[in-house]
Amino acid sequence: MSVSKEMPLSIQDLPNSYIGRSVPRPNARRLLEGRGTYVDDIQLPRLVHVAFLRSPYAHAAIASIDVSAAQRSPGVVRVITGAEMTKHCTPWVGVLTHLKGLKSAPQYALAVDRARWQGEPVVAVVAQTRAQAEDAVALVEVAFEELIPVVDMETALDPATPVIHPDLGDNLAFERRVEAGDVNAAFATAKVVVEETFHFGRHTGVTLEPRITLADYNAGDGKLTVYMSSQAPHMTKHVLAEHLGLDEDAVRVVCSDVGGSFGIKIHTYPDEMSAAALSIMLKRPVKFVADRLESFVSDIHARDHRVKARLAVNRENRITAIEIDDLTGIGPYSVYPRTSGVEANQVVNLTGGVYDFANYRARCRVVFQNKNVMCQYRAVGHPIAFSVTEGLVDAAAGKLGMDPAEFRRRNLIADDAYPYTAASGLRFEKLSHQQSLAKALAMMDYHGLRREQTTLRESGIYRGIGLAAMIEVTNPSAAFYGVGGAHIAAQDGCTIRMDPSGGITCATGIAETGQGSETIVAQIAASAVGVPLEKVRVITGDTDTTPYGGGTWASRATGIAGEATLQAGRALRANILEVAGALLQSAPAALDIRNGAVVDANTGAERMTLADLGKIVYFRGNELPDGVRPELVATRHYAPRAYPFAFTNGIQACWLEVDIETGFVKLLKYWVVEDCGTVINPRLVDEQIRGGVVQGIGAALYEHCVYDDQGQMLNASMADYLVPMAAEMPDIEIGHIATPTAESVLGAKGAGEAGTAGAPAAVANAINDAIGVLGAKVTAIPATPRRILEALGKIDKGQ
Amino acid sequence: MIADREVTLTVNSERVTQRIEPRQNLVDFLREKLGLTGSHVGCEHGICGACTIRLNGMLVRGCLTLAIQAEGAEIQTIEGISDSGEIAVLQAAFLKYNALQCGFCTPAMLLTAAELLEENPSPSREEIRQYLSGNYCRCTGYQSIVDAVEDAARTMAGGSS
Repeated sequence: MSVSKEMPLSIQDLPNSYIGRSVPRPNARRLLEGRGTYVDDIQLPRLVHVAFLRSPYAHAAIASIDVSAAQRSPGVVRVITGAEMTKHCTPWVGVLTHLKGLKSAPQYALAVDRARWQGEPVVAVVAQTRAQAEDAVALVEVAFEELIPVVDMETALDPATPVIHPDLGDNLAFERRVEAGDVNAAFATAKVVVEETFHFGRHTGVTLEPRITLADYNAGDGKLTVYMSSQAPHMTKHVLAEHLGLDEDAVRVVCSDVGGSFGIKIHTYPDEMSAAALSIMLKRPVKFVADRLESFVSDIHARDHRVKARLAVNRENRITAIEIDDLTGIGPYSVYPRTSGVEANQVVNLTGGVYDFANYRARCRVVFQNKNVMCQYRAVGHPIAFSVTEGLVDAAAGKLGMDPAEFRRRNLIADDAYPYTAASGLRFEKLSHQQSLAKALAMMDYHGLRREQTTLRESGIYRGIGLAAMIEVTNPSAAFYGVGGAHIAAQDGCTIRMDPSGGITCATGIAETGQGSETIVAQIAASAVGVPLEKVRVITGDTDTTPYGGGTWASRATGIAGEATLQAGRALRANILEVAGALLQSAPAALDIRNGAVVDANTGAERMTLADLGKIVYFRGNELPDGVRPELVATRHYAPRAYPFAFTNGIQACWLEVDIETGFVKLLKYWVVEDCGTVINPRLVDEQIRGGVVQGIGAALYEHCVYDDQGQMLNASMADYLVPMAAEMPDIEIGHIATPTAESVLGAKGAGEAGTAGAPAAVANAINDAIGVLGAKVTAIPATPRRILEALGKIDKGQ
Repeated sequence: MIADREVTLTVNSERVTQRIEPRQNLVDFLREKLGLTGSHVGCEHGICGACTIRLNGMLVRGCLTLAIQAEGAEIQTIEGISDSGEIAVLQAAFLKYNALQCGFCTPAMLLTAAELLEENPSPSREEIRQYLSGNYCRCTGYQSIVDAVEDAARTMAGGSS
């Protein structure tokens, strides 16, 4: 950290700093004119298209396949089955060694012998156009023999239930138990115990741009270039190389504009692997675009948990113990390479994690079933953990006759208690629950709303306030994935180069998927080097030209790549000042770089522009003093090590009205107080939170992948699967507390998932706050009108 | 299979004649034949609104309209109304409020917002939310889009923004 000693000013205090400023995103202008480059916008010479025949059954043996008619169909280039595909693409197994006991079966790019979910790709057809490929898919004859599907996770482990992968012995993918303190004693001596079973429906990401891969194998040099809509270019490069039999250095992944991701576009998908394998086989570019009907049965699903939980409170009205039992269904495979054990593991880690208590017992069981695969989507595990925790906390406050805000104030971890180790074992560097709660209650005029609620009830209007305290896993260290054997980088890097123009170009391993990663990098680099923002270019997404890094997930881009950018910027700045010192016959420490020019550090007087310095360095090296060897490029990498995660914290609050005749919920207002450390761009942070909250509201009220007892998804279209629309969404007011992490100079933590983490709990608590006076309670999300009317006793269950 | 047909239409003020498959929809035609990739394909069943295109002055779903239905029509896409400057105020407001993240829904959102402001120059937030409800956005949560449309309406009315 010698560089920082030379720079006594903090990053926020630098002259002309862009840190903390809501500058507009430079890369947004071309998107506003329809001039982006999403993968489907790319056309290559000799391009062909692949479409898939997918299993119509949840569980079926594949007795025979006849592709002869398909092969004769106009425009068809190649038809391939699972048996043949095994020669070109090896199967993968989604396990991590640190999730002890996690097991899964080999998953193939195309199903071999047996299909295990409705939507699994079985046959691939390549043709000149997508329409021709689809025509030919309709001509493929597959003799499926239906097998009994394992659908209900509650019975997946029963001895009478068929085992999906006989080689694995049973349908249990993963189990973990945690026991801390004396849970039995805490419950035995409790003043109040509350107990509840919570259900969380399956839902999915619905990225507006579907998944897409354009693979281009060049047989001349043996190189595979894959244009993808992805969040993690370097990880994807490894996966492709590993399973297509290529050297990792022969694979290049390019992610240009990505039309939404949210954790959907970071996994290994059989159809995308097939497209890449076909490009190698055919020695020409192959494009695969999931259509929306395919997306619903092949993009990873999320959640699908049943949690039995109880909580104990002692005579001092303090929470003393929490016990949970989580059961989750993940489909027939643990998804590669991140695995489908992580969400349940997070539920165990996070439940209760905002409160100060010592006795904790948790068990999670992750089971296989014949539904689409389930894996990590925005706020992995968090909405489960906080819906359970905050649902129990509201129930306990109700039973105690105490105001739920006051009960939280008494039990949230104190702001001076850090560093703090939670009962589950999580370590927190520094959080601000109490300050955040106080700020949220003030922003929403909590007591005023309570009065309004009481008054309106007298006229038959049922409004509710829902509070949710939450923490978010951000800036993960190698403890998240790397330690378990996955080629998923915890570090990220940034290379910054100064050109003769005096402008700088930053290349970084993170991806831009709309959240503003490139803007954040530009703001930090401009501030660290000392150039105006318009003189900064940022390159992301291309594994050939960016430093090796993890990508954009787990709210890590700003905290990790941002720190690497800051350090690279400082190193480049020191290099520039060394050259400038030699040219100006001045000590580098007496100079500074401000607004694109070398200045006298004390007076601010301009000594030379960076453009002039660049011209000397690049074109007139003869003018440099002897011994000066300019290096106008610097690279730095960063990975957190002191803590496994940099936790953020926040309070969310929802104000809504329930129509007790129709069961409809009207969202009236929403508040968030978030502490994500140093804020680089306040508007971008707020927009991440708002977008995240609305995805959480989707889970709470609308989004549900509905399956029947044969494992058929019943609402697999945009018309039938509901997502939040503009008319139903509330305005969301956001406040901040800033507790920077001391582990990095930048001090930034992530903010991408907080909204999604807390919203389901806040919405569900608000609904129950509204209808609780009528003796009704909803413990399953989405809280549809039907479920609300059932809870109110207006209609019978299952009617 | 029905034989290819020739269609002639005007796209962003340019006259275009092409032979097309009768089954090709309008948004695929614009994207694949004319390289107008600013119109996006999100669901192909008329729900998400990402393929919204202006046809003879009316907004249509490009995925539910066949290209041959556009014979003789006047089409405008995001590229055309960006170049003409017609939606410059809205684009500036979207930039200011960061009313886009991934940008996939954005061209269609702008077309829809422009139509709203033409019909109703000073819409309430409620009216803006209602009007935009046929266009899905998965990133923003919509508030910044509502803010931007409100701001653009003020600017167009000559007020300060």
